Amino acid sequence: MLPEIGHFALILALLLAVAQAFFGIAGPALGRDRWLAAVGPAVTAQFVMLTAAMGTLIASFITNDFSVAYVAQNSNSALPVVYRIAALWGAHEGSLVLWSWILVCWTLAVALLSRQLPARFAARVLGVLGLVSVGFLLFTLATSNPFERLFPAALDGRDLNPLLQDPALAAHPPMLYAGYVGFSVAFAFACAAMLEGKLDQTWARWTRPWTTVAWAFLSVGIALGSWWAYYELGWGGYWFWDPVENASFMPWLLGTALIHSLAVTEKRGLFKSWTLLLAILAFSLSLLGTFLVRSGVLVSVHSFAADPTRGIFILAFLVIMIGGALTLYAWRAPLLKSNAGFEFTSRESFLLFNNILLVVACATVFAGTMAPLISDALGLGTLSVGTQYFNPTFLLPTLPLIALAAVGIHASWKKGRISERRGALLTALGFSVLFAVAVVAGAYEGTKVLTPVGLALGAWLIISALIDPIDRLRRRITITPAIFGMALAHAALGLFVISLTMVESYTAERDVAMAVGDSAKVGAFEYRFLGLQPLEGPNYEGVRGEIAVFQGDRQVGLLHPEKRQYWVQGSVMTEAGIDMKLSRDIFAALGEDLGSGRWSVRAQVRPMINYVWIAAFLMALGGVIAACDRRYRVTAAARETALETGAGLPGRAG
Amino acid sequence: MTPRRRRIVLVVGILAGVSLAGALALRAFQDNVMFFFDPSQIAAGEAPRGERFRLGGMVRPGTVDRKSGSLDLAFVVTDFKHDVRVKYTGVVPDLFRENQGVVAHGKLSPDGVFVADEILAKHDENYMPPEVARSLKDKHGGVMPVNPTPASAPLQSPLTTF
Repeated sequence: MLPEIGHFALILALLLAVAQAFFGIAGPALGRDRWLAAVGPAVTAQFVMLTAAMGTLIASFITNDFSVAYVAQNSNSALPVVYRIAALWGAHEGSLVLWSWILVCWTLAVALLSRQLPARFAARVLGVLGLVSVGFLLFTLATSNPFERLFPAALDGRDLNPLLQDPALAAHPPMLYAGYVGFSVAFAFACAAMLEGKLDQTWARWTRPWTTVAWAFLSVGIALGSWWAYYELGWGGYWFWDPVENASFMPWLLGTALIHSLAVTEKRGLFKSWTLLLAILAFSLSLLGTFLVRSGVLVSVHSFAADPTRGIFILAFLVIMIGGALTLYAWRAPLLKSNAGFEFTSRESFLLFNNILLVVACATVFAGTMAPLISDALGLGTLSVGTQYFNPTFLLPTLPLIALAAVGIHASWKKGRISERRGALLTALGFSVLFAVAVVAGAYEGTKVLTPVGLALGAWLIISALIDPIDRLRRRITITPAIFGMALAHAALGLFVISLTMVESYTAERDVAMAVGDSAKVGAFEYRFLGLQPLEGPNYEGVRGEIAVFQGDRQVGLLHPEKRQYWVQGSVMTEAGIDMKLSRDIFAALGEDLGSGRWSVRAQVRPMINYVWIAAFLMALGGVIAACDRRYRVTAAARETALETGAGLPGRAG
Repeated sequence: MTPRRRRIVLVVGILAGVSLAGALALRAFQDNVMFFFDPSQIAAGEAPRGERFRLGGMVRPGTVDRKSGSLDLAFVVTDFKHDVRVKYTGVVPDLFRENQGVVAHGKLSPDGVFVADEILAKHDENYMPPEVARSLKDKHGGVMPVNPTPASAPLQSPLTTF
C-alpha cells in the first residue's frame, strides 16, 4: 500500500508543480495579481507531497519491502539500516526523487525568505523553479518510477553496491545535489529578471547569498566524493578527471565565476548581462552533468544505467530549458546596459580577469570531457582524454588566477589604487618565496618545477587574505561576516594549493609483492607485513592484513587493509588501510594473492593530503559565513540607504 | 592612456591570452589523447609504435600467467579474430580475470608484445567497456559472445575501479 501512496504523492507533486509554474509565470505576464497568491501554497503543498514520496520510499527500504523493484535491486535484509536509507540514492530512480525533493526544499526556502521581494518578481522566480520541477517529476514518472512493483516479490534484495556502503558516500549525493540544484535558484532569479526586463543592484543582492550557499554545498559534495574515491576505491587517487567528476566540477568553476561577477553587479551595477549568462550557464552545466551521468553516454563510476529513452528525455529537457533561457537572454539582455567605467587596476578589472580565467579553465575541462563523445559521434575513432591533458591545461589558467587573487582582494572598487597595501603584499610575497625555498631545500626527494611555484603562490594567497582581517582587528574595526567569510574562503584556497602541491610532489608510492614477515621501503618509510587473518562482516567475508609502518626504528602506523567478498553481488572489494594524520597519510591496499604466500600490496605515503579536503570544507564554510552577512537580510527600506552609503567604500567585502 | 585606448589594450590583452591558452590546450590535447585499438587493428598494423594507446578486448581463458609470488603478469587479449600478448607489472583491479573485458594502457614493443602500465577492469560481472563491446560485436556479427545481460536481470551499476 505504501508505495502506491508514494507514487500517488509524486503525481500530485507534478500537478502542483504545473500549477506553481503556470500561476507564477502567467500571473505576472497577464497582470492577474490574484493568481500570485496561489504560488506559495502550491510550493508548500508540493513540498509536503514530495516529502511523503521520499518518506514512503525510505519506509519501503527500512522494512525490506522487496515487492518494490527498486528496493529489491538496491537493498538487502543483511544491509545495515543506515545504508538502507542511503540506498535510496544508490541508483537512478531514487536519486531522481532526491533531486526533486531537494529542488522543492530550495523552492520552499525561497518562498519563505522572499517575503520582502516584490510580489511579481517572487512569483516569477517560483514559477521558473516550478518549471524545472515539472521537468524532473515528469522524467521520474515517465521513465524512472521508483515505486514500481515486482511480481512476484523477491525473497531478498540484490544488495546495495558494496562500493556505496560507506558513510562519506551516503552523504556525497545529497550534498552534491544540493549544490547542483541550488544553482537553479540563481537561474530562476536570472530568468525572472529577464522576464521583468529589469535588473538592478538589489537583484544582485538578492541572488548572491543563494548562489554562494549553493556553491558551498557543491564544494562539500565534490570534496566528499573525492575523499571517498581516495579511501574506498582502493587505489589511493583522489581526482581522476573522470567525466562525471568533471560534470560536477564544471558547474563549480562557473559558479565560482558567478559569485564573483555577482559581486561586481551588486556593488557597481556592472557586468549585468554577463552575470545573467553565467547564471544560465552554471545551471545548464548542472543539467548537462545530469544528462551525461544518467543517459549512459559516459561510462564511469557513476553511470547507473544506459537507457536511451532516459537520455533522450533529459536531452529534450536540456534543450528546452537552456534553449528557452538563452532565447530569453538574446531577447532581453540588450536592455540591460551597464553604464559605468572603471580603471585598469580596480577591483572590477581583477574580477573580470578572474571570470575570464575561470571560464577558460571550465572550457578546457569541457573540451576534454566532450572530445571523446564528439569524436565517437563523428566516427573519428575512439579516444580517451586523461590526466596528461587535464593537468597542464587546467593549471595554465589557474596558476595566474591564484596570483591575481592574492593582489585583487586588496584592490578598490572603481579606482585603480593598491598602493597602500603594496608594501604588505610585497613583504608577504617575500616570505612566501622563502617558505617555498625552505620546503624544497628540506625535501627528501620528488621536487618538481612547479613545486616552489605552487607553494609560494599558496602561501602568498593565505597571507594576503589575512592582511585585511588582521588590520581591522588591530584598528578595532568590526569584521563583518562578509569580510570574514571572504578572507576564510581565499585563505582556504591558498591552503588547498599548498596541500595539492605537497601531495603531487612528495607522494611516495610502490606496488610490492610481500609475504608475511617481508618488509619493503616506501620513500622514507618501511612497511612490514605482519599477518593475514580471515574476516567476517555483516554481509561479506574476506581477509584482513596487518601491516606495521616504521620510520627509522619508530613504529608510526599500524594498517589493516582488507579484501572483502560480498555475498549477494559476489563482488570483490578492496578496503584500504589508512593511517590518517594531519601531516600525512600512510596507505596500504591489498591487491591479490600472488601465490607462494605473497600478496600484491599497494603502498603509498602522501604528505598533507587531508588538507586538500579540509581546505575545501573551509572554503565552503567561508561561503556560508559570507552569505549570512546582515546586509542580505535588512529590510527593503534599510537596503536602499545601505546601498547609498556602502557602495563606494573601498575594501568592502565582495 | 585615454579610457578608449585602455579599453583597446584590455580587449587585445584578453584576446591574446585566450588564444594563447587555446593554442596550448590544443597542443596538450594532440599530445596527450589516447586512441583505442583492438587486437585486429594491431594485427593490421594500424596501431602506432612507441606511442601510448588503449588496448581492449577479452582476456583469453587459460592465458593468464603469473610467476608465483611475483608482480609480473602476462596474458593474452583477444577479439576472437586476433590475439595480442600483454605484459604488466603491478596490482591488477579486483575484477581482472579470464574471460572478462579488459582495457590496458601502454605501448607496443618492437616484438609485438603490448607493455601495459595500467590495467582497467570494470566492477560489474555483466559489464563490458563500450568500445570493447562494440569491437567484439563487429567481429561476431552482432552477437555478444559472453556475459550478456539477461533481459530480466535488474539493472546493475557498472562501476570502475581505477
